[in-house]
Amino acid sequence: MGTVEYIQHHLQNNSICSADHINSTTGLCEGFWVLNVDTLVIAALIGALIVFVAARMGRKLASGTPGGFQNFVESILDFVSTNVRDAFPGHNPLIAPLALTIFLWVWLMNFMDLIPVDLLPYLYQIVTGDPHAHLKVVPTTDLNTTLAMSFTVFALILFYNIKVKGVVGFIKMFLFHPFGKFFVPVNIVMTIIEEVSKPLSLALRLFGNMFAGELVFLLIALIGGTLAVGAAALFWAPLQALLDLGWLIFHLLVITLQAFIFMVLTIVYLGMAHEDDH
Amino acid sequence: MSINATLLIQIIAFALLIWFVNRVLWGPLSKLMEDRQKRIADGLSAAEKGKHELELAEQKAKEILKDAKSQAQNVLSQAEKRGSEIVEDAKVKAAEEADRIKAAAQAELEQEVSRAREELRKEVSGLVVEGAEKILKKEVNAAAHNDMLEALVKSI
Repeated sequence: MGTVEYIQHHLQNNSICSADHINSTTGLCEGFWVLNVDTLVIAALIGALIVFVAARMGRKLASGTPGGFQNFVESILDFVSTNVRDAFPGHNPLIAPLALTIFLWVWLMNFMDLIPVDLLPYLYQIVTGDPHAHLKVVPTTDLNTTLAMSFTVFALILFYNIKVKGVVGFIKMFLFHPFGKFFVPVNIVMTIIEEVSKPLSLALRLFGNMFAGELVFLLIALIGGTLAVGAAALFWAPLQALLDLGWLIFHLLVITLQAFIFMVLTIVYLGMAHEDDH
Repeated sequence: MSINATLLIQIIAFALLIWFVNRVLWGPLSKLMEDRQKRIADGLSAAEKGKHELELAEQKAKEILKDAKSQAQNVLSQAEKRGSEIVEDAKVKAAEEADRIKAAAQAELEQEVSRAREELRKEVSGLVVEGAEKILKKEVNAAAHNDMLEALVKSI
């Protein structure tokens, strides 16, 4: 298998669709009515893991002196609620759980990136018995996941904009912001761009970072994989391990930062939606 | 890589996850942390109150101790005063008694002296009269010479 095929294979989702959506030449699903099973299942499993661990911990919560794990979770909660307090004016009981969900879910989905790139696809190929089975293990390298979150956030932004400002206030925001009443057409265009760029930048930033990170992991994996043949592997394999470790440590920072940015921007955008007066 | 129906299901999954996280993680844990915060604050304020009360009690104890000390001092000085008064009294009484005894002794002495003198005088006057009788060989008329005799007795 060539380098390009190797990478393409890794970046291909395991999709299902009805027979009439299958491209006859490539054998892959095409069009909108396609489900990326790997993205859905892994994201759901991670979500279930969060709920399961939380529920397990919830059964023996210690109010006085929390143990190790509860302490750890409490510090995450503290971190999130500090961010909410700092960036969100007023009070809305939805914001903090939303921010916490985003942070935990995005971080854990990003974390899938740190599992050796070939491990899970290889295991999956063994289990299914299909040597060409596709499996894309990082849900956040799938635009559908990041867009799903950012669209949900966008819906909340619109909802709270209208709820707080009222329908008239919401329309006024489009008409008179940011340049005042003499530039109404410009204002409409500017505000639409400003609003639409919020979910797009959220989703594309996370997707871009994770996709690029995954790509670098694939390229590093190629060093010891396709490049090394015979005795050359003695040289390339340690180099691959070293590079992999370096990128892994760096990427650990990136995934945390990306989860944090997604969370904070969500809080900030929703905070802006709650401001009545522009 | 393209956008497809996965998006819709991920939106539902995301919404569900938010609901679950709020229910099993954020809700109970943040409530617990708030309660704990409140409890710690309460405990701290109670400790502060206790400290304050202790201070007050200490101050009160000090005052009581001071009072007791001054009272004891008072009692002591009073007792001392009373004691010295008693001693003074006794001294005065003793001096008076001594004076009285001395005066009585003096008076008795004087009485004794004057009686002795009287006796002596009588004896002397008797002797004088006897002597004069012997000299004059005749009885001195006691009645006639009484004046002279008296004067003689007095001059002795």
